[in-house]
Amino acid sequence: MTTAVAGTAVRAPGAARARRRSAVIGWAFLAPLLVLNLVVVLGPSIATVYYSLTDWSGLGPAEFIGLENYTKAFTDPDVHQALLHNVIWFVLFGSVPMAMGLLGAYLLSQVRRFQVLFRALYFIPYVVASVVNAAVWKMLLSPTSGIGHQFGIDHSWLGDTATSLFSVNFVVDWHFWGFLAVIFLAAMQGIDPQLYDAASVDGAGRWQQFLSVTLPGIRPTMIFVILMTVIWTLKAFDYIFIMTQGGPAGSSEVVSTLMYKQAFNEYSAGYAAALGLSMTAITAVILAVYQYLRKKGWEDE
Amino acid sequence: MTTTVIDPATTTRTSDPSSASPRRSRRRGSGGGAGAYIVLIALALFAIGPLVAVVFNAFKNNAEIGTNPLAPPTSLSLDNFTEAWTRGDFATTMRNSAIICLGAVLGTCLIAGLAAYALSHLQVPGSGIVVGYLFLGSALPVQLFLVPLFFLWTQLHLVDNLFGLIVIYWATDAPFATLLLRSFLLKIPKDYTEAARLDGASDLQIARRVVLPLAWPGFLTVALIVALWSWNEFFWAITFIHDPKLRPVATSFLAFQDQHSTDWGMTSAAAIFMLGPVVLLFLVLQRRFVSGLTAGGLK
Repeated sequence: MTTAVAGTAVRAPGAARARRRSAVIGWAFLAPLLVLNLVVVLGPSIATVYYSLTDWSGLGPAEFIGLENYTKAFTDPDVHQALLHNVIWFVLFGSVPMAMGLLGAYLLSQVRRFQVLFRALYFIPYVVASVVNAAVWKMLLSPTSGIGHQFGIDHSWLGDTATSLFSVNFVVDWHFWGFLAVIFLAAMQGIDPQLYDAASVDGAGRWQQFLSVTLPGIRPTMIFVILMTVIWTLKAFDYIFIMTQGGPAGSSEVVSTLMYKQAFNEYSAGYAAALGLSMTAITAVILAVYQYLRKKGWEDE
Repeated sequence: MTTTVIDPATTTRTSDPSSASPRRSRRRGSGGGAGAYIVLIALALFAIGPLVAVVFNAFKNNAEIGTNPLAPPTSLSLDNFTEAWTRGDFATTMRNSAIICLGAVLGTCLIAGLAAYALSHLQVPGSGIVVGYLFLGSALPVQLFLVPLFFLWTQLHLVDNLFGLIVIYWATDAPFATLLLRSFLLKIPKDYTEAARLDGASDLQIARRVVLPLAWPGFLTVALIVALWSWNEFFWAITFIHDPKLRPVATSFLAFQDQHSTDWGMTSAAAIFMLGPVVLLFLVLQRRFVSGLTAGGLK
C-alpha cells in the first residue's frame, strides 16, 4: 500500500497524496472497530439468516428446511401468546413511565430548589443493576415478606398467572421512569420562557400551559422516546428472565424470552434464529416508518 | 447491552441535560411551591423507597423481616454481610468483575478512540456510511446474532472465558463509545492537528499527544459508562459464563439469590455489595453519568 501511495505522489500534487495517505490511515484506525463488529455482530447476524432456514440444534450440523421455521412460528400458539404479551407490554411501558416522567420533569422544571437532588434520586434506579432491582422487588412483592404482607395481602404477585406480566412490567416502569424524567427535563429547559409568560398573560392555567407550551416544546424528544419505546419493548428481556423466566405457565413470556428458551433450553436454534430475525424485521419496519414520517415533516411542523 | 443511538438529529437535542443548568429554570409566580414539592417528594420516595428497604433489611434477621418487612432495623447487626460475602464468594466474583470492567474500559476506549479520531480528524472516504452503520447497527436486537455468536464462541473456546466476554463488550459498547467520542473530538479544531502534522508528527503521535489530552472528558465519560454497563451486565454474562469461579458479580448474585431465595436478610446484604459502589460513584459523578447515559445510553 505504501508503494502505491509513493507511486501516485510522483504524478499527483501533494494534496492528493495527503488525502490518499489520510484515507489509508483512517481505515487503519477504523479497522479494529469494524473487524470486531464483523466478527461479533454482523457476521453472526448474517449467519442467522441462513440458520433460520435450517433445522439446527445449535451445536451439530444444520439441515436446510426452507421456510418451515417461519410457517411454524406463524401457527405456534406460544408465539401468538408471546406477541400478545409484547403488545400489552408496549401499551404499559409506553404510557406509565412516560406519564410519570412527564409529571416529574414538569414539576421539576417549575421549582428552583433541590432540583439536582430530586433528579439524582429519580435517576438512581436506572443505574442499579437489573439483577439487583429484580431481587429488591422479588422481596417487596413476596407474599411472606413484602409490601402486601405488611398490609395483610399475602398475594404472590409474580407467581400468579393473572398478575405476573403486570408485576414485572411495573418493576421495569419503576426503574425506568426517572431516566425519562431526566431526558424530558433537559428538553423542557430548552423551551423559551417567554412562551410561558405569553401563555399566562393570555390567562392559561398551569395545565393549559403544559398542554399548549410544554408538550409542543418537547415534541421531537417525545417522538424519539416513543420510537425507542417500541424498540425497547421488542428487546424486553432482562427483568422477565430474572423475575419469572416467562412463567408461570407462559403468563409473562415475550418473544425474546421465548426465543432464548428455544435456543438454549429446547436446542431449537434454527427456530430461535427465525424468531430473532422476525423480531429484527419488525424493528426495521418500525424504523423505516419512523424515517418516512420524519421525512414527510411529521416531526418538525 | 446493545446500545441504541438512532438519530443524531433528535438525540443531540436531548444529549446533554447536565449542561443545561438547573439554575436556568424558569421563575414561577406564586402557587408553584408546596403542591409541587409534595408530588416531587412522593415520586422520590417511590424511586428510592425500595432501595432503602433493602438497606434496612440487610441489617435485620429473617424473623424481624417477616414481622416487619419495611421498617428500619432495631439493631445494627453485620452478620448478613459477613455471611453473604463468604457464601456468595464475593471475593472471587468481585475480582472477576474488576477484570471484566477494566478490560472492557481499556479496550473500548482504545478501539473507539482510534475510530472516533478517524471519523473526526481524518478524511476517510465512506466515513458517513460508517457513522450511519454505527447508529443503525446499535438498534439491532441481540437476538439477531446471539445464537450464531454462541456457536462461534464455542468453536473458539471463548465460552467460559473472561476474555471472550470482554471481546463481546468491546463489540457491543464500541459503537456508542465511538459516536460519543466523535462528538467530543469534533470540537477540537483541525488547526491543532494540522499544525502538529506539519511539524512532522505521525497520526498516532497526534492522537496521543494532541487529541487525547484535549478529549479526556469524553474518555472519562465513556470509561464510566462502560464500567457501569460491564458491572451491571447480565445477559451476555449469563449466556457465556457458566463456571461459578468465573462469574462476574451480576450473575453470581442472581445464582446466590436463587439459592437463598427466602433468606431476604442475606440477599439484601449481597445486593448492597453490588449496588453500593455504583450508587456512591453515581452520587459523586452525577453530571457525567447523566450526560453519558442520556447521550448514547438510550439502550
